[in-house]
Amino acid sequence: MPKPAKLGPQPENPAELIVDGKVVANDWRLLPQSDDDAEITADALAPGRIILPYRVWKDLRGDLAQRRSEIGVWLNSDETAELIGDDAGDLPLIAVHFPAFADGRGFSTGRLLRERYGYTGELRAVGVFMRDQLTYLRRCGFNAFAYEGEQSLAKLLDSMRDFSESYQAAVDEKLPLFRRRGLA
Amino acid sequence: MYRYDDRDRAIIGERVAQFRGQTERYLAGELSEEQFLPLRLQNGLYIQRLAPMLRIAVPYGLLNSTQLRRLARISRDYDKGYAHFTTRQNLQFNWPQLEDVPDILAELAEVEMHAVQTSGNCIRNTTSDPYAGVARDEIADPRPYCELIRQWSTFHPEFAFLPRKFKIAVNGAQTDRAAIRVHDIGVQIVERDGEIGFQVLVGGGQGRTPVIAETIRDFLPERHLLSYLEAIVRVYNQLGRRDNKYKARIKILVKAMGADEFGRLVEAEWEQIKDGADELTPEALAWAKSFFTEPQYRQLDRDASEAALQAQASEDKAFARWLERNTFAHRVSGYRAVRLSTKPTGVPPGDVTDRQLEAIADLAERFSFGEVRVTHDQNVVLADVEQAQLRELWQAARQNGFATPNIGTLTDMICCPGGDYCSLANAKSIPVAEAIQRRFDDMDYLYDLGDLNLNISGCMNACGHHHVGHIGILGVDKKGDEFYQVQLGGSSSENASLAKVLGPSFSRAEVADVIDTILDIYIRERREDELFIDTYHRIGLQPFKEKVYAKAS
Repeated sequence: MPKPAKLGPQPENPAELIVDGKVVANDWRLLPQSDDDAEITADALAPGRIILPYRVWKDLRGDLAQRRSEIGVWLNSDETAELIGDDAGDLPLIAVHFPAFADGRGFSTGRLLRERYGYTGELRAVGVFMRDQLTYLRRCGFNAFAYEGEQSLAKLLDSMRDFSESYQAAVDEKLPLFRRRGLA
Repeated sequence: MYRYDDRDRAIIGERVAQFRGQTERYLAGELSEEQFLPLRLQNGLYIQRLAPMLRIAVPYGLLNSTQLRRLARISRDYDKGYAHFTTRQNLQFNWPQLEDVPDILAELAEVEMHAVQTSGNCIRNTTSDPYAGVARDEIADPRPYCELIRQWSTFHPEFAFLPRKFKIAVNGAQTDRAAIRVHDIGVQIVERDGEIGFQVLVGGGQGRTPVIAETIRDFLPERHLLSYLEAIVRVYNQLGRRDNKYKARIKILVKAMGADEFGRLVEAEWEQIKDGADELTPEALAWAKSFFTEPQYRQLDRDASEAALQAQASEDKAFARWLERNTFAHRVSGYRAVRLSTKPTGVPPGDVTDRQLEAIADLAERFSFGEVRVTHDQNVVLADVEQAQLRELWQAARQNGFATPNIGTLTDMICCPGGDYCSLANAKSIPVAEAIQRRFDDMDYLYDLGDLNLNISGCMNACGHHHVGHIGILGVDKKGDEFYQVQLGGSSSENASLAKVLGPSFSRAEVADVIDTILDIYIRERREDELFIDTYHRIGLQPFKEKVYAKAS
């Protein structure tokens, strides 16, 4: 059997986060990846809302069908949106992990989940993203931010709208500016 | 040229405010060095050997006189009274204070300029042909597409944290003057059955691992340009390596999976988005093209204008030389494009003083509709000069130190700032450039050599484009001493090739002698009007190698 890849940094699960522009209590648990992921069973998962690593979710989703509204998934940065694909519609929450703020793969993951797979539930950024990335994350479809850094969440809210206008089409704006000029 | 409307002004103004806040947080200790790094880089700010360096974006090299005067003022008020034109058609200030940078950006915003994404792991300034719109061999003007790419790539929310920096070049002419084959994406405008489209190349680049780009699409219809670029960058963002910064450029990904497979992934992604919002509708294209219309050319008689010019040239050898080397044929009768040389002997290539920036602004207003283009070989083009005014322009250019008649010759070299400024450099490059300029100061000899690109980089990051110089010089570190490797046979043209290393490196004092020997071989071996690069391709590296190292031993 091939040796499992070494686990990288894991997301924290802070007590408070920003959802839809407001600071709220975090009512989801988050299961980190572990070397024993393959041994986890559905029965062993305590009741209540929980965000599972993609691999665990994939293995257990059949067994957890009755608990659908309380089972979310998190994708690591090397796990692409197409792994969830059209199943996105069945999920109440998808989290995307930023193991380092410079690792920008999650921006594509967010857009694809929203634009290609029609995901409308909570899309949560977890990991070590920065306050200065919030505008980009929001534009890529994220509406929840489980921030691990040292800034207060109130300050983060200030940065949410650094820009009032943008050039490109993205999740928040369906037409690029070049197609909107002259229409206003 | 493109002009901002209220929305562009809002976006750039908000960026200045955002960076002002970031700088304040950094100075207050709220942002760590590591966190501030990508934020300042995406605003063009490096911390260099002696001081910060601020790189200003000059979109596809285009500047107007108002902007030039503002750059001059900034260089006086915030710097040491000079600036540096770069090989991405941008402009750098070498001595700003960190805390002044938000004010500098605010001054730039007033003249519709910025430093957005001039560094960092994001999409950089799109570069193009400095003769865009005026070249006789042009298929279509690349500037409207460059501006659409600029807007698409500016603060692109998905692509601000790519595996590595990302450079796009667009060429609209038969001759490649935009070096598209050494870019992450090269876009070549083509025409098929009367329809404009693009040949798309990916995975070219210089740096430590130079690669010539490969074509993944022969003909992309005009309206799909942005969706195709988005597909390429999306595939790269998801699959490019992030574990090793030296293997993170798209060229490594394309090499690893093969251009065919990479192209297949791009096409599959593009299929899903090609009819989406990024489509360049006829209205959008007409809007973009409306900024790059012809200036008010006068109706001039080609033959009369040419005859008058030749009469002037026959009376004045110095003027005739300048005319031959520093002017370029124009598609409109009675006009020429003119290159102002920033490379007189003894001045670091690309450096200009505040007074010279103002002089360029004045010349542009007097002779060329108030606009100039920065070239990737660090000179400045006045694109629309009446032939009848060339002599007057030449005299004015001479007074300001721009009329060195060396364009395209050995001494018109590309040179990075090197160890005098840059903290990455292994060796100084400016003194090598100067030594070569001093050695080869005989203009008759330079003209006899003809077109010859000599490019100098102070380290393997290749900012001085040494891989694509007909002669390339690379600064290397040998146990703490600065040495120079010589390479031959590179080209960034449509027949792009990478230079080959001649052999063991030389001390700085030896470099000019080695170049001398190489040129002797060329003169001995060339056939009639054969250019250096063609002789090299015919006879290969060996004759050069034998002579250079025979002499050394």
